[in-house]
Amino acid sequence: MTAILQVSDLKTSFRTDDGIVKAVDGVSFSVDKGQTLGIVGESGSGKSVTSLTIMGLNDKRAATSSGSVVLDGTEILGVSASQLQEIRGTRMAMIFQDPMTSLNPVKSIGWQLAEAVLVHNDVTKKAARDRATELLEQVGIPNSERRVDDYPHQFSGGMRQRVMIAMALINNPDVLIADEPTTALDVTTQAQILLLMKRLQDEYNMAIIMITHDLGVIAEVADDVVVMYGGKVVEQASVGELFDRPQHPYTWGLLGSLPRLDSRADRLEQIPGQPPSLLRPPTGCAFHPRCEFVFDRCRSEVPPLIDFGGANHLHRCLLGDGMRQEIWAKKKAAMKVEAA
Amino acid sequence: MSDDLLVAENVKKYFPVTQGILLKHEVGSVKAVDDVSFTVKRGETLGIVGESGCGKSTLARCLMRLLEPTGGKILFDGREITTLSRSEMRPLRREMMMVFQDPYASLNGRKRVGYIVGEPLIVHGIGTDSERKRRVQELLEIVGLNPEHYNRFPHEFSGGQRQRIGIARALAVNPKLIVCDEPVSALDVSVQAQILNLLKDLQGEFGLTYVFIAHDLNVVRHISNRVMVMYLGKVQEVAGGEDLYKHPRHPYTGALLSAVPIPDPELGRRRQAIVLEGDVPSPINPPSACRFHPRCPRFHEGVCDVEEPLLRSFGHGHEAACHFPLERWPMTAEEVRNTRETVAR
Amino acid sequence: MFPFLVRRILWAIALFLATTVITYLIFFIIPADPAALACGKACTPADVARVKHSLGLDLPVYQQYWNYLVRLLHGNLGTSFVNRQSVNHIIGSTAPVTASLVFGGAIFWLLLSIPLGVYSALHPRSVGDRAGMTFVLFGISAHPVWIGLILSYIFGYVLRNFVIHTPIAGYCEAISPPFGSSCGGPVQWAYHLILPWTTFMVLFAALYVRLVRANVMETLTEDFVRTARAKGAGESRVMVQHVLRNSLLPVVTILGMDIGLALGGAIFTESIFGLPGLGRRVLTAYNQNDLPVILGVVVFATVAVIIFNLVVDMLYAVIDPRIRLA
Repeated sequence: MTAILQVSDLKTSFRTDDGIVKAVDGVSFSVDKGQTLGIVGESGSGKSVTSLTIMGLNDKRAATSSGSVVLDGTEILGVSASQLQEIRGTRMAMIFQDPMTSLNPVKSIGWQLAEAVLVHNDVTKKAARDRATELLEQVGIPNSERRVDDYPHQFSGGMRQRVMIAMALINNPDVLIADEPTTALDVTTQAQILLLMKRLQDEYNMAIIMITHDLGVIAEVADDVVVMYGGKVVEQASVGELFDRPQHPYTWGLLGSLPRLDSRADRLEQIPGQPPSLLRPPTGCAFHPRCEFVFDRCRSEVPPLIDFGGANHLHRCLLGDGMRQEIWAKKKAAMKVEAA
Repeated sequence: MSDDLLVAENVKKYFPVTQGILLKHEVGSVKAVDDVSFTVKRGETLGIVGESGCGKSTLARCLMRLLEPTGGKILFDGREITTLSRSEMRPLRREMMMVFQDPYASLNGRKRVGYIVGEPLIVHGIGTDSERKRRVQELLEIVGLNPEHYNRFPHEFSGGQRQRIGIARALAVNPKLIVCDEPVSALDVSVQAQILNLLKDLQGEFGLTYVFIAHDLNVVRHISNRVMVMYLGKVQEVAGGEDLYKHPRHPYTGALLSAVPIPDPELGRRRQAIVLEGDVPSPINPPSACRFHPRCPRFHEGVCDVEEPLLRSFGHGHEAACHFPLERWPMTAEEVRNTRETVAR
Repeated sequence: MFPFLVRRILWAIALFLATTVITYLIFFIIPADPAALACGKACTPADVARVKHSLGLDLPVYQQYWNYLVRLLHGNLGTSFVNRQSVNHIIGSTAPVTASLVFGGAIFWLLLSIPLGVYSALHPRSVGDRAGMTFVLFGISAHPVWIGLILSYIFGYVLRNFVIHTPIAGYCEAISPPFGSSCGGPVQWAYHLILPWTTFMVLFAALYVRLVRANVMETLTEDFVRTARAKGAGESRVMVQHVLRNSLLPVVTILGMDIGLALGGAIFTESIFGLPGLGRRVLTAYNQNDLPVILGVVVFATVAVIIFNLVVDMLYAVIDPRIRLA
């Protein structure tokens, strides 16, 4: 299957008052139609900026990007504003984290949904509105005929996120980028939304890029996973591989620090310190100040992406293969996960 | 000295909804907390879990008398504190402290960290200036911060570090009880683990009792001895240790548990989930009888919408308020299907 | 909405009563005898006493106030102590002048400040933005009297042979100028108001540029603007439908308040340019201790402020669905 979206060596830096911030520093991945790529990372990892760069939504005055983003065979990084506007909302769509603030408070949601249609299609206002109502029904909003004229503040958080999804899908995009779509929602609402997205993905054969900090969500929805830290990809693998044989100390730390329902561990594994400053990043491996297994080379060399075992599993750790498997085996045992 | 440090009996907190042109009269009320009772023993952690609108934060504030309960009783260390005057409450406030959710909003950005952590000592008139300073530095070290950062401002710290400052502040006066209102929700996962470990260590070291409020079942389980599940102001289920997780009785707890994503691709996709329909209803107009009945997959018409279920015991301190509690957990695919079909709507 | 409106109207009435009482009382604290002033220098004490009686000034304060209130409810603002003219008539002839100045000025200051504010917000720290901010500083600091005089000097005197000779004083009726006036008609009306409008609007334009700039800058960072762009909307659509629509909402409220206040008397501008408006008229009345006229203007100004605030509140409820459908 050829990838519908191919990102190569993507870099984005911001000019700030305090200096240059390298938010994204050489990220590459691809997504196929009907597949979900999960991008996982904490604050400052660059995961959100990556998606904004793909969509061209960064502040042009402050941000400079380089690299390549190929959508269905066409390069879209650095294209003109009008070309970008053509792609956004039609071939590629995005939904954001906070459904409360992501909708215009003074326009009805029917108007906002119809806008997504009218901006790209030469149809009547009535046709656009009918399409809006149709989408509302598809995303599971009851009484769609009546609610299409309501305003955002008349909807709950979960409903608003459904509206956002409707707005993103209204023109049948090839790729949907979801930036922490369920972080601000209750856990039962999150379950509903994730289920909805899966259903729609199957129906539209859409590629989804799911950005989140929640490894549980990743395990549930992703086919492939990219782990980001300090603006770089530190590990990349299929979801099964990632959870079964993680290779990077940061991934170990993430997995170990999760409190889980099926674990008997008393103490959580903790990663000491905090995420790195992007203004003055650490030398060598970005993770080394917090790494349990740091040695000399880590402080001076930036580890390249190494292929592990040819299973299309990439990572950036200088430790030897054997050593890493040993460490992981011990950590896994310490997590005391109960067999199903 | 009794074992029970904190007892809540039938606590209610209603917020009036008013209407009127000149003279406002009450037309209804938001029943944020509606008849909640529980006990917390010395040295243990009670986890209170629920989604938005369930009343857990309001309950926390009522326990601390930051909000006045509309009804019910709260007993702290054997003494009723519900109706104490402000001056009578004062000395008691040394013994119950709170840690808040937002590490950015809960610290005064204009004050230095040394002052923030030491303020409880000042308020309660403990120690001289130099003694306070020493105590603050000691506390900073206990929570894993550098005591030399005494003179820094909150904005110079990360989210996790600010939360540590909040914890240090709570520990300053050696309280017996700490109420933690979603202390890790706003933190990154790796930092979250640090704070949870810290809280556990401190509990062991200082014999603290916690009331730990969260919306994340994983987090609550990790740190609590007993867990209480709330929905729309009412207690739905209460259980100790692993009981709640191994065998939930209330369908809402079942739904919560099956909604929590598991970081294991195979397990997660294999399990049978109870996915609820609809949204949490507004606490102004809660459903009649069982608050959960409009969304409950085990709803039985004529029973669940007519008679309010009371908390029933299932042994070992496990209680649930349901007319048709879950019989087994996890449910098989068959049972999940049957459950949906029993719905007589 | 209805209870909201009723409450606002009741408050308005209370406010109105309070304002008139206070003005009335202040007048009585001033140690001057309007009766004597009205009578003139040639009056004897007996004459003054007679004038006093005819003006009703020998009655107790509360009685005078009560009479006043009753008359007011019948729409009668009384008669001037000085020239026995009906206050209704006085206000009726001066208010339109002030209104011309204020409303005209408002239109111009909006036409200037909104584009300037939007430009500044879209190009922060550019040359245009810095020029705009300098203008703001100037506009807020310079006194209208000074501005008026400078403008009069430059356009009325220095440039009188090079540019259009803008008049520096006097007012022309736009519609049906009275017999014997030196100018009339809409063109002359506008012509005579050019300098006054400019003077009057500078301060407000400055304040509004700052307001619009701040609001637009803030709205540009809102999530829903990002959503609109993500949908593929072009920048002009994003600006008009999403940014301006939201950032200019607060401008509506403030505009209403400012106009209401200004209607009470744009004193400085009127004085410099000799416009026979409310401001100038009330100044004269102060000097003559002409209570009915002063009160009349106060009443008018209060009513103007109250009405405009009410209008603005209702307008806000119409424009902002969050309030309309609370």
